[in-house]
Amino acid sequence: MADALFEFLHTEIVAHVYKEQAQRGDTEKERSSSLSALEGMGFRVGQGLIEKFTKDSPSFKDDLDIMKFVCKDFWTNVFRKQIDNLRTNHQGTYVLQDNKFALLTQISSGKQYLEEAPKFLAFSCGLLRGALSNLGLESVVTAEVSLMPACKFQVVIQKN
Amino acid sequence: MAVCVAVIAKENYPLYIRSVPTQNELKFHYTVHTSLDVVEEKVSAVGKALADQRELYLGLLYPTEDYKVYGYVTNSKVKFVIVVDSSNTSLRDNEIRSMFRKLHNSFTDVMCNPFYNPGDAIQSRAFDSVVSGMMVQAC
Repeated sequence: MADALFEFLHTEIVAHVYKEQAQRGDTEKERSSSLSALEGMGFRVGQGLIEKFTKDSPSFKDDLDIMKFVCKDFWTNVFRKQIDNLRTNHQGTYVLQDNKFALLTQISSGKQYLEEAPKFLAFSCGLLRGALSNLGLESVVTAEVSLMPACKFQVVIQKN
Repeated sequence: MAVCVAVIAKENYPLYIRSVPTQNELKFHYTVHTSLDVVEEKVSAVGKALADQRELYLGLLYPTEDYKVYGYVTNSKVKFVIVVDSSNTSLRDNEIRSMFRKLHNSFTDVMCNPFYNPGDAIQSRAFDSVVSGMMVQAC
């Protein structure tokens, strides 16, 4: 029930942000600024959520420990399932693969709506980035879809 | 119980600090400030320690003549510091723990408040009352 509500709300937020932007500016700019608006919303939500979810967990050993937490506990709490595959090059790049990403399941699978996909992933990218940032990892998160309900998030940790 | 409660951000600037006798306010600021070094030391030691010792509660940071200073670090590296009067010997370790627990719960609520900007000073009435609840028993 609760996840259905979140999915509806998410769809509405995406639609709303794009409608607002369409009323304002030209198409080229509009696309990237709505994406960053959605990403920003996700970032704030991620920051808050991770604070809640890590309340009872022991402190983390290293970056990989944090990524595992995000893939298992965080993802389960938000999307009702774990990340299917986590890969890393041990140099700060992680690829998280979800074979049936919750926010894409409503859209018909396959390649038909492929170019619509980025706007439904921007929020989740922000969510990831916000969660990691609050745990002390500044990162760049990008998403990639090649076949519809499956989706890959690439996380690159920024070393400082 | 507590004579001073402080919340310190990841970047080591105060988000919230409140103490009981207002005339000594500056002294508590110093006490909390010096405790940060000990927190830092403990946190870096925890990273190397065995898996079962990775706790958020850091225990007694250091005792001074009049006070005892306790510390706690959340996973987001926000520090909580509670200063307790040394004369209060009846206070046990798990009471301090539960105070930190309460503080952490309340802090999470602040973080999840959409009107709060992460990194700003905490100006929440709910948080204030939780802190007051820890301090009143001293008077």
